[in-house]
Amino acid sequence: MKIAVCAKHVPEATAQRRLDPQTKRLDRSGEGTLNQFDVHAVEEALKLRDASGEGEVVIVSLGPERALEAMRKALAMGADRVVLVSDEAAAGSDLVATSRVLAAALEREGADVVLFGQQANDSDGAVLWAAVADRLQRPLISQVAELTHEDGKVRGKRQTEFGYDVIEAPLPAVIAVSDAINEPRYPSLKGIMGAKKKPQETVSLGDLGVGADEAGEAGSRTEVYALSDPPARGDTVKIEDDGSAADKILQFLQEKKAL
Amino acid sequence: MKTLVFLEHHEGKLQQDSLGVLGKAAALGGEVEAVLLGEGVEQLAAEAGKFGASRVYVADDVLLAAPLPQPRVDALESLVNDGGHDTVLFAASVLSADVAAGLAARLGAGLNWDLTDLVEEDGRLVGKRPALGDAVYVDVGWTSEPRLALIRSGTFEPAETGGSAEVEKIEPRLQDFSLAARMVEQAHEESEGPSIEDADVIVAGGRGLGGPENFALVEELAKALGGAVAATRAVVDAGWYPYAAQVGQTGKTVSPKLYVAVGISGAIQHKVGMQSSGLIVAINKDPNAPIFEYADFGVVGDLHEIVPKLTELVRARKAA
Repeated sequence: MKIAVCAKHVPEATAQRRLDPQTKRLDRSGEGTLNQFDVHAVEEALKLRDASGEGEVVIVSLGPERALEAMRKALAMGADRVVLVSDEAAAGSDLVATSRVLAAALEREGADVVLFGQQANDSDGAVLWAAVADRLQRPLISQVAELTHEDGKVRGKRQTEFGYDVIEAPLPAVIAVSDAINEPRYPSLKGIMGAKKKPQETVSLGDLGVGADEAGEAGSRTEVYALSDPPARGDTVKIEDDGSAADKILQFLQEKKAL
Repeated sequence: MKTLVFLEHHEGKLQQDSLGVLGKAAALGGEVEAVLLGEGVEQLAAEAGKFGASRVYVADDVLLAAPLPQPRVDALESLVNDGGHDTVLFAASVLSADVAAGLAARLGAGLNWDLTDLVEEDGRLVGKRPALGDAVYVDVGWTSEPRLALIRSGTFEPAETGGSAEVEKIEPRLQDFSLAARMVEQAHEESEGPSIEDADVIVAGGRGLGGPENFALVEELAKALGGAVAATRAVVDAGWYPYAAQVGQTGKTVSPKLYVAVGISGAIQHKVGMQSSGLIVAINKDPNAPIFEYADFGVVGDLHEIVPKLTELVRARKAA
């Protein structure tokens, strides 16, 4: 089985995240990493490949050139290769533009299953798969917490506001997984050592036949006008436990007459 | 402005969030229409009229019976193309997020999500979106029409306007690939559990507990405080605790007098389900956890040390 995983390079979770007041885009100058939610999609892809006994897992990403480094984590986990779409003209792509570029890259791969993680850690976006599925004209199952594959069909169990749904789709299909679906493996030392030697291809918009006006800000249909501080909250207190935290919580609850 | 509001329904009832968004659209002005897609849903159209829609498009089709997104994209595509709506609004949910994003790709339209308000400013429509864990508010807009928006759940309360809606039947043409995914089982609630909506005190556990066996810590504290036990989506999905006890966007919305979050990082999907709680106390070992942004009293520390101690102290205090 051939599986493509759409993955994103995001700022390190520990880094102080900020929006650049000039460009109003997320400041990506600091250390980057593989979006933690995508790690679950990579793990699920490896399981599907290994269960089917053949095929490959290809990581497809849109991002700056240095995103390749973050994608190496997926290779170290066991993915087979990376295709990174990297192009100045693609910077600042919104949903419409990003889905167009990714769909073009995925068309080239023709995978049986396209996997997405549950959300992007930086933009809190959790909708890209539906736009990509529409462009690829493939069935979609999102928020999948349990995935099975049998007889050319996939079956996903997922949680909604009303309970659990079970949805079935024929392959090829697009699937977005929840972070409850698995516990991702840690890359082994051998995996990490071998990752650099695996195929890592960087392609431009031109290589995919996507026009410069179809991506980036030119191809986007949303914009950011302004940044502002959120409405003030009441006082919040944060303490480090020095052994007396339980007493302090009790004291707080008594002060607030919450007992 | 000509707005179309996507109405979501479940078991013969319109969703409150959809009606809230409809009310917001009516308050913004212009022509406000709504769309209902499903099987046997026509009787819901009249209610949408009371909440601000002047016209409700209804597609009654067995192929739309299951709440799957892709056939809904087909229906909305032709509706928006024919109706000339410049704005299409959705109350965020598992279903509508997928419908909105599919429609954005289909129409080449801009979609802004997680909005907590929509306003007219300088003659243009502006969406307010909290970003980076609600640490900054972003004013967002659209560079073309139609403008698509997903409104964060629980943002707008429904408000009756006392109007009535004209009902117009539509028969959308559905594409083959849109019908390829099939609902095998729908809205199955896994197991019975306690009711948490009416509890004055809730102690909730998240992934930070480390394993299902540690829910005992949460249960003991809840018992001492005379409260109910709740859980996050991550641990419910992982099978540690029943769905009935889940707080968050895809679970229950609660507003107890006291909410104690144990080992919960506090992602947006959790926050929308408990942010109107009276007092929020959080215990988490990660000092960067978003929950500390909105907890009235936050403790950075080891829950395995703190929670049993707190339980003892509460017990002693109540016995005194």
